[in-house]
Amino acid sequence: MISHAAPPGARHHILSVLVENKAGVLARVSSLFARRGYNIYSLAVAPTDDARFSRITIVVDVESTPLEQVTKQLFKLISVVKISELDPADAVERELMILTVSAEPGTRGQVIELVDVFQGRIVDVGHDQLTVELAGPPSKLDDFEDLMRTYGIIALQRTGRVALPKLERQAARLRTVS
Amino acid sequence: MKLNGGQALIKSLEMEGVEVMFGLPGGAILPVYDPIIDSPIRHILVRHEQGAGHMAEGYAHATGRPGVAMVTSGPGATNIVTPLADAMMDSIPMVVITGQVPSGAIGTDAFQECDIIGVTRSITKHNELVTSAQDIPRVIQEAFHIATTGRPGPVLVDIPKDIVDPNHPNSAMEWYWPDSVDLPGYKPTVKGHPRMIREAAKLIATSTRPVIYAGGGILKARAAEALRELAELTGIPVVTTLMARGAFPDSHPLCLGMPGMHGNYTAITAMQQSDLLIALGSRFDDRVTGKVGGFAPEAKIIHVDVDPAELGKVRRPDVPIVGDCKAVIEELIREVRELGTPQPDRSAWDAQLKVWQATYPLHYDQSWADDAVLKPQFCIETIRDNSPEDTIVVSGVGQHQMWTSQFWRFNHPYTWVNSGGLGTMGFAVPAAIGAKVGMPGRTVWAIDGDGCFQMTAQELVTAAAERIPVKIAILNNAYLGMVRQWQELFYEERYSEVYLSPDLPDYKMWAEAMGCVGMRVEHPEEVAAAVEKANSIDDRPVVIDFRVDWREKVYPMVAAGTSNDQVILGPEMGEGGH
Repeated sequence: MISHAAPPGARHHILSVLVENKAGVLARVSSLFARRGYNIYSLAVAPTDDARFSRITIVVDVESTPLEQVTKQLFKLISVVKISELDPADAVERELMILTVSAEPGTRGQVIELVDVFQGRIVDVGHDQLTVELAGPPSKLDDFEDLMRTYGIIALQRTGRVALPKLERQAARLRTVS
Repeated sequence: MKLNGGQALIKSLEMEGVEVMFGLPGGAILPVYDPIIDSPIRHILVRHEQGAGHMAEGYAHATGRPGVAMVTSGPGATNIVTPLADAMMDSIPMVVITGQVPSGAIGTDAFQECDIIGVTRSITKHNELVTSAQDIPRVIQEAFHIATTGRPGPVLVDIPKDIVDPNHPNSAMEWYWPDSVDLPGYKPTVKGHPRMIREAAKLIATSTRPVIYAGGGILKARAAEALRELAELTGIPVVTTLMARGAFPDSHPLCLGMPGMHGNYTAITAMQQSDLLIALGSRFDDRVTGKVGGFAPEAKIIHVDVDPAELGKVRRPDVPIVGDCKAVIEELIREVRELGTPQPDRSAWDAQLKVWQATYPLHYDQSWADDAVLKPQFCIETIRDNSPEDTIVVSGVGQHQMWTSQFWRFNHPYTWVNSGGLGTMGFAVPAAIGAKVGMPGRTVWAIDGDGCFQMTAQELVTAAAERIPVKIAILNNAYLGMVRQWQELFYEERYSEVYLSPDLPDYKMWAEAMGCVGMRVEHPEEVAAAVEKANSIDDRPVVIDFRVDWREKVYPMVAAGTSNDQVILGPEMGEGGH
């Protein structure tokens, strides 16, 4: 259900969903998307500062009209407390990636240089492989992933994005859907 | 006070005011059945768990109180899936308790294990697996709260055996009853937005062709009185959808009756040509709108619903109002009065409606010749005319359902019980039993089809054993009639798998075998006497096998996928009709 087949286009939506921290809630939330045939592009879940609640950050690539219907249906779930839709233009989005890349002695220097340029960190070193950690805006991760492909990606894992509204001088455009 | 989980569960139901429950025991739910012996709650033992679910629905339809059903794990639970889906579609308050295998066995493919929480996730308003005996009172209280507030619906509570089994240490609990529910994510909006209500009142004051489009939400909100006041105050005519029959009296001069695929011409066309639709607790169902793109093209929309997800789901409203129908209608009445603007001259519109009503009434032809064939509509009218005015009428799904909705006169709310959204064949017999249990002083007639009857007829054994004197009229046309109608009209009369036979089974003998009085009626002359005899029997169920004309079709009809401008009035107009 979570696919990296295509990056979200300009139409992608970020839903920040505050839910009760209970068994089965994630299944309720994700099945609502599945029922309508919407592909969840990425999804990140973790408890909030209040342990009774978790925040689910969902990136979904759909037109806004059907999304309105999904958010309304989501809000009907008893365990969903609050839904905010974040406009990607007005949100800070971050994602973490760890990746193991082939780094033969001949190319290792180039890989390390690129890791430096992207402000990543080497977290593990093997004889001919490096494992790199990189956090940042999802597009930066895309670029880095693309560059690493030349050297041979052995394994890669991304977390899916988390997001918060930008601190605008005016009111933040955090729209509550209810 | 120390209780075991099973005792706590039954005590919680008592605390919720449950007087009757419908169910069938089995392995996993066994420990909960033991304390029932000591409880004042009446338990009605069904013959199939689907029956328990539909009885609970019928009870809820007729009384407005939540229906309660209890079944065991695995097949018991899956057998009640259809009633849950039905209650979800028609917003019926219902609490279903399912047994589950012991906590330690969950996920091991244990005997009679089924992940019923997963199965019913999308067909319940909420469901919950209880993991500790101590949680039982809280979860039951939440279940009733969720089922009955906001937009009502079914809630399923899944109970693992170990937390209710007195022989298991997990079942120990200290009894308590919570002061209130704490559901941070569940706060239904009751009161409409005042500015929107003012907008609605202004829009009403400018409309010359308005129609009130009343849906099942009127009945759920107990808003029939408020609706009547609004209609009389503004003089606006009312259509009542299949789920709202009885929400506004059919005898009222402003009542236009049922709209939709088999609605009457005036109701359909009034909506179609209106300049303002005031949708109150209705959801623009496809059976009402026909082709959505062509539905009521000139109408502005005021849409009132307690469920925000209904607003804009099908048709974008000009004035959306989230709130309880009763609260909003009462506010709207106040606003219309305060606004003080006289209602515009609608005499042309009223005159037009009268012309349509006079020109295109519902009709059928009953012959009285010796070899006359009995018309199903005539049977319905005869039952109607020979039964108390507040009779509760229950139907299954198909032609007989549409004829009943068309030809009965619904003058009181909560006198019509049917499966609208899901269209569940076999609904009528168990739902009628549930309605009669909830309203023992009222006459309850189920108007059923022969196809429907065969799906759940075994519950008449339950009714006979429990002395629940429902009356069943089978409109026996020996066919899956509605399917046959579609095959006749849209599949070039190629009848595929729709013939059932009038004599197999022998309904009279079957009824008698189940402890009911069985009758057979074949000629129009015999109908009234049979109905009167049925109405005089009050100690057991009655089944009448009406042998009706298999050729009879439901008209008017708007063919699926076409616009409501194309109402087929009768066979002379139908493609392939004859």
